[in-house]
Amino acid sequence: MFKYLKQLTSLVAMVAVLFTFTTETMAAKKSKTLKNTIKKDFVRCGVSQGLAGFSNADAAGNWEGVDVDVCRAVAAAVLGDANKVKYTPLSAKERFTALNAGQVDVLSRNTTWTLTRDADLNLTFVGVNFYDGQGFMVRKDSGMKSTADFKSGMSVCTNIGTTTELNLADFMAAKKIDYKLVGFEKADEARDTYGAGRCDAYTTDKSGLAAQRTVLSNPDDHIILPETISKEPLGPVVRQGDAVWEDIVRWSLNVMIEAEEYGVTSANADMMKSSENPSIRKITGAEPGMGEKLGLDNDWSLRIIKQVGNYGESYKRNIQDTGILPGSRGPNALWTQGGILYVPPLR
Amino acid sequence: MKKIIPQAITLLLIFLIFGFFTYNANVNMSNRGMEFGYSFLKRAASFDIQFSLIEYSRESSYARAYLVGLLNTLLVAFSGIIFATILGLIFGIARLSKNLLIKEFAAFYVEFFRNLPLLLQLFFWYYAALRILPLPHETEGFHNFYITIKSLYTPSLVWENLSIFLYLIVFSIILIFLLKNYLKKIQEKHGKQFPILIISIVILLLVPSSAFLFGGSSFEIEYPVYKELSATSGTFIGGLAIPPEFIALFLALSLYTGTFIAENVRAGIEGISKGQKEAAASTGLNQKQILNLVVLPQALRIIIPPTTNQYLNLTKNSSLAAAIAYPDVVLVFAGTALMQTGRAIEIVSITMATYLSISLAISAFMNYYNKKVAITEK
Repeated sequence: MFKYLKQLTSLVAMVAVLFTFTTETMAAKKSKTLKNTIKKDFVRCGVSQGLAGFSNADAAGNWEGVDVDVCRAVAAAVLGDANKVKYTPLSAKERFTALNAGQVDVLSRNTTWTLTRDADLNLTFVGVNFYDGQGFMVRKDSGMKSTADFKSGMSVCTNIGTTTELNLADFMAAKKIDYKLVGFEKADEARDTYGAGRCDAYTTDKSGLAAQRTVLSNPDDHIILPETISKEPLGPVVRQGDAVWEDIVRWSLNVMIEAEEYGVTSANADMMKSSENPSIRKITGAEPGMGEKLGLDNDWSLRIIKQVGNYGESYKRNIQDTGILPGSRGPNALWTQGGILYVPPLR
Repeated sequence: MKKIIPQAITLLLIFLIFGFFTYNANVNMSNRGMEFGYSFLKRAASFDIQFSLIEYSRESSYARAYLVGLLNTLLVAFSGIIFATILGLIFGIARLSKNLLIKEFAAFYVEFFRNLPLLLQLFFWYYAALRILPLPHETEGFHNFYITIKSLYTPSLVWENLSIFLYLIVFSIILIFLLKNYLKKIQEKHGKQFPILIISIVILLLVPSSAFLFGGSSFEIEYPVYKELSATSGTFIGGLAIPPEFIALFLALSLYTGTFIAENVRAGIEGISKGQKEAAASTGLNQKQILNLVVLPQALRIIIPPTTNQYLNLTKNSSLAAAIAYPDVVLVFAGTALMQTGRAIEIVSITMATYLSISLAISAFMNYYNKKVAITEK
């Protein structure tokens, strides 16, 4: 009897080993993108051509911003090092083609999630890393206090090919204002043309307005009107058809937000491992099994938090401390703190 | 047979290469789940366009948006070609002037504008020159013309029964053409000469203006009126508003291309040897006849082929509009529409076909004109 038991345990152990082995390789096998990323040893990430706070290269050529941090999180999870990212700056025009053609594997470029893009362009939005909304900037001495002061005959500078342009058209049509659109491909051209007085207003996402305002020659001469005319949920995008890769990117972002919710930071992550709270134990990898389901190892989430930080740290570093939106986080605060940042549980 | 085989092989190779590209695009697009088709053209564009010659709103289709862009391209190309030709003629002849000041000024114009990159000139006009213009509420205006940073506002004509007037212009041009041929025949038969130019001008003035007397055509002048938009900004309502994007593109294109045409004109005139003029004079022709019957017909043969190239260049260069927000076919269609629909292959193919068609049409017209002025050997 004991003889059999010994054989049985070894058989069970063998099956268990085989099973974990196959589940791991199954996930990796199913995902061409994951396999290629591991082979190349870097994550190919599409970013903007320079938008302070979101994706911007500093003087030394290092990319930083909340969008950049999503790619860094994916690299930390998959490759073990947040610095193993190759950034490709993309214009609004190039971004979807670059992703579809396989030039980049993650597009983290202040891109608004819409039905058309999700369904028609063969893309998958994995989540929202910044809740934005479109607003207007006008000259302070114009006396305009809200969009109610807009009049027919005004001209508005903006970027073409974005949801901004479509929202503007809808908004003005609803208000029955006959306006002139002066549309540029680059944000800085639109901003400077507005600054010169060619346009009465400049419109883009409010975070963008705040960032562009700091660059205008006299920031204090301009105000951002209080209204928000659209919902602009910005988030990372992947190609359709690679469910494993999609999950990895989605949960790399979710883990940062989850970590903030449970107070796990880059500084205390190792210490929090010994916490008794099961949610924290899952986030830090003290309770194993989460990474396996994504085809990753057990420390994937701990590496993200230690190397990139939780969402709150990333937001503070890139958006608040840089003076872009120094005040309260508004909708981008956690749901527990009056915002709408809410992610499914990590379990 | 020997001639056919290499040609057949070449043809086969071309087919194979194009076949490969089509197949490759097909396979890769279906792998990524992208479909190919032009049905998106019927969908509502839902974006606005700054400047349109035809009626357009956000509810119009993508096809309509394409048409708006195409007409804007044609507008700037056509007006650019006209102005560049006028500049070319003036400065080409001025370079041969005996007056040193005129000659040097023309040489300076040609050398300066020819040797700077076009994009740089465009940026100069748009981002520098037109940026220092006053705001609408700061300008006094000049006889109802207002030059501001927002637009050039001019009075415009509001027509009644414009079509009758236009038909009569077409009619008088046909009339002049027929009359000219008839008078030429008389001249060949009897040697009698007629003042064709004066007769043509009289017809062109008299016939269309009869529209005002009998056809019910009339027009009123509409003046731009200032409208306040806010405490520090305003605009002008009524009249014609020409946006600075158009002006900058128009100036850059025609000043740049004008230099090349000026050189063509100079080459054409200098290409006629002095002996030709002297021989013509010795047969008893006067100065005007020498110019019209001997110098110009030969000079045009030299001028037209390279000038055709310049017209084509100007048209293609008009796509630089995208850099300064002038809504041409590249900005509106290959820009905004492409980004909104993501249909890169379809839209780029349409845009390429558009430029090809415009260029071929210009070539065809200029070839026809070139054949007309070429020396017909008998």
